[in-house]
Amino acid sequence: MKFITEFRRSELAQGLISQIHRQSKTSVRFMEFCGGHTVTIFRYGIRQVLPKTIDMVSGPGCPICVTANADLDKAIALSQIPGIIVATFGDMLKVPGSNSSLEEAKAGGADVRTVYSTMDALKIAEDNPNKSVVFLGIGFETTAPTIAASILQAEEKGIKNYYVLSLHKLCPPVLRAILDSGELKLHGLICPGHVSAVIGSRPWEFIARDYGIPCVVSGFEPLDILQSVDMLVNQVESGERRVEIAYRRGVRPEGNQQALRLMEQVFEPCPAQWRGIGEVPDSGLKLRKKYQRFDAALAFDIAPGPTYEPAGCICGDVLRGVKTPADCQLFGKACTPQYPVGPCMVSSEGSCSAYYLYGGGFER
Amino acid sequence: MCLAIPALIKSIEDKEAEAEIGGITRKISLWLTPEARVGDYVLVHTGYAINVLDQKEAEETLSLLEQIARLAEEKG
Repeated sequence: MKFITEFRRSELAQGLISQIHRQSKTSVRFMEFCGGHTVTIFRYGIRQVLPKTIDMVSGPGCPICVTANADLDKAIALSQIPGIIVATFGDMLKVPGSNSSLEEAKAGGADVRTVYSTMDALKIAEDNPNKSVVFLGIGFETTAPTIAASILQAEEKGIKNYYVLSLHKLCPPVLRAILDSGELKLHGLICPGHVSAVIGSRPWEFIARDYGIPCVVSGFEPLDILQSVDMLVNQVESGERRVEIAYRRGVRPEGNQQALRLMEQVFEPCPAQWRGIGEVPDSGLKLRKKYQRFDAALAFDIAPGPTYEPAGCICGDVLRGVKTPADCQLFGKACTPQYPVGPCMVSSEGSCSAYYLYGGGFER
Repeated sequence: MCLAIPALIKSIEDKEAEAEIGGITRKISLWLTPEARVGDYVLVHTGYAINVLDQKEAEETLSLLEQIARLAEEKG
């Protein structure tokens, strides 16, 4: 496929691997923020081909994984209200909340529907005028503009039974929170490619400037990741600290202005709860006053009850990059993709799922 | 979750397009990329084109990687 297979050519990967081995002298730890990058790294065995000087850690870049239990409980509680259809991306179904999951709620009779796009959720709303359709707005800056667009479409078409539970998260503020905690020493950051397709590369500049950490925005094919590692090594060895884009075919420094405009029109920043990290100021999005009639949190009386964290689960530490799935007592025993205890095992982009499916990484 | 895949735009009607993704044609939204034209490749995320892919940049990246591979071969 065009724009994909060219970026998987093994002879080009070999060239990059040789160059990385030749140039990397300093022992460094690089973080890949994005769960999609984690999957590429594991699927193609990239950790195993890097020199011993380079340690890769996975970051919190999986929107489902970082959704706090209290917020999951709200989504599940919504599904219990008569007359509500919950529409959600498929990844959310199996994620365990305090007492159950959306999948269990569905098995118990709740109307929970998996959709590919907010456009499908709008269609469900149009087809079911006597019900209320609540879309679970989970995602980073990549997804938030699509949800903003769905609200504007609902307004345009006069669809009055469409709502969004806005649990969106913003990436730059959480990176600042992680770096400020001082728990983790990083020498380079692989910045998320499709978040950056929307926000551009400029919002990462504070990381290079304020924390002295080189940044490279990467695509999702193996060559993209290797090129990004090579560029980070280059910056480290030459003492530079700046933001570069390796994923030039998909990302411009200024991002997608139209997507940013729609996001800004519909949403405003608010504090958000991140699993394992806690409340981070201005890291969430809520509906602006003008669009509050679409806000499921205001339209419905949601009473999820007390929140419980799963005993023994270390997803929070894994998300901050301070522990790996291999450190978890439950991993591969009590917690598997079939019977997940924590969200990082549920989401296809979760670190635990990547460790489980592709192995590797354990020997290092 | 931020998965986005390249799709080729075959036709456009208002803010919607027919796009080919790996041999399959499906409807996508151009709300976020009003500049997209027939023949463009776009990155599709949850049914929305989130960016128009830059063909020239892709070629330049590949030619840089080819140079690196040649250099690596020379250096053994």
